[in-house]
Amino acid sequence: MAADKVDPIHQFQIHPIIPLHIGGYDVSFTNSALFMVVTVVLASAFLYMTTASRSLVPGRLQSVSEMAYEFVGNMLRDAAGKQGMRFFPLVFSLFMFVLVANLIGLIPYFFTVTSHIIVTFTLAALVIGTVIVYGFAKHGFGFLKLFVPHGVPVYLLPLVVAIEVISFVSRPVSLSVRLFANMLAGHITLKVFSGFVVSLSALGAVGVAGSILPLAMAVALTALELLVAFLQAYVFAVLTCMYLNDALHPSH
Amino acid sequence: MFVTSAFAQETAPATAEGATHAGTAVPAEEHGTFPPFNAATFPSQILWLVITFGLFYLFLKRVVMPRLGGIIDVRNDRITQDLDQAAKLKGEADAAVAAYEQELAEAKSKAIAIGQQANDGAKAEAETIRKKIEADLEQKLGEAETRIASIKANAMKEVGNIAEDTASAIVEALVGGKADKAAISAAVKSVAR
Repeated sequence: MAADKVDPIHQFQIHPIIPLHIGGYDVSFTNSALFMVVTVVLASAFLYMTTASRSLVPGRLQSVSEMAYEFVGNMLRDAAGKQGMRFFPLVFSLFMFVLVANLIGLIPYFFTVTSHIIVTFTLAALVIGTVIVYGFAKHGFGFLKLFVPHGVPVYLLPLVVAIEVISFVSRPVSLSVRLFANMLAGHITLKVFSGFVVSLSALGAVGVAGSILPLAMAVALTALELLVAFLQAYVFAVLTCMYLNDALHPSH
Repeated sequence: MFVTSAFAQETAPATAEGATHAGTAVPAEEHGTFPPFNAATFPSQILWLVITFGLFYLFLKRVVMPRLGGIIDVRNDRITQDLDQAAKLKGEADAAVAAYEQELAEAKSKAIAIGQQANDGAKAEAETIRKKIEADLEQKLGEAETRIASIKANAMKEVGNIAEDTASAIVEALVGGKADKAAISAAVKSVAR
């Protein structure tokens, strides 16, 4: 039991809360699903309630909602132009979901939804799927021009096209692994340093004195993780915008 | 397409394990694999992510974003409206200042005109009075001159007579006898000339 407490991996374990099996798949309502619900409810409630008064002169909380809205809106407009605004709801909900999931994951005993590769990969697949579907729907086979940059000599074309295809295919991987690895590594490091504090302070007075350093590290890391939580949500949204730009304007 | 391939990969282990650890058997597996790579949890996570994120997306798209966009649009409209109104008011103020200045200039020129008129009138009056006085003086001068001339002529006549008398007396005294009165008068006249 004591070893379990210091186990930095323990926090990522998934327990079923309401067991559920459909067609041979285990689709139980787990702690991961619970925190997805918490994330969504929290984000929705915040956005809904802070804007309920529709004040002309916004209060502090309404300003936060408006800032998030305009931040993502400007990001998308800069990256993908005016046409890109049709994807505004998608990018905004992705940004808010990742941001809130990252942030509530920082609270002790809370599960971090984005520390699971399948979650980030599903979100990344949603983005790339949108890019592919919209790209082909809008440009037909002209979308394949994405892989053929302008002004490349013909003899280099096979090589360049191969590189472009590889870079396109690796996008969902890099998009999902970046977020997943950041959250996972951050939480493991936090847990390891916090574990030092617990096990050192069990050794008596000297141990308590020695545990000050890891405690300070844990505090500093929490601040860093807060930054990373924002940063990774931002990076996810920015990359989404850039990939959507490819769907809108495939010829470079 | 990535999702489906992931599904395909984990279909085999999920079904195989699903039978053995349905519900209670999960903890036994927890210590086996690294939790984020435990494919047995993938279907559940994908399903619940799709449900929660889908609802979140719909809620934001239908409710939150129109509201936020509306708030920001209304504010921008209000700001442009206020700016327009401020510009309009400024224009009105400028027009009022211009009108005031024009009126002031008009009043000034009118005042100058009135002053000029008064000045001219006074000058003309003074001129007529001066002319009248001058004419009066001229007349009086003329009268005086004629009087002086007549007095002078009388005096001259007297002088002639006195000279004649004196000459006749001198002639009487020198020559004796009566001198010719006509001759003396002629002589006096020739001298007096």
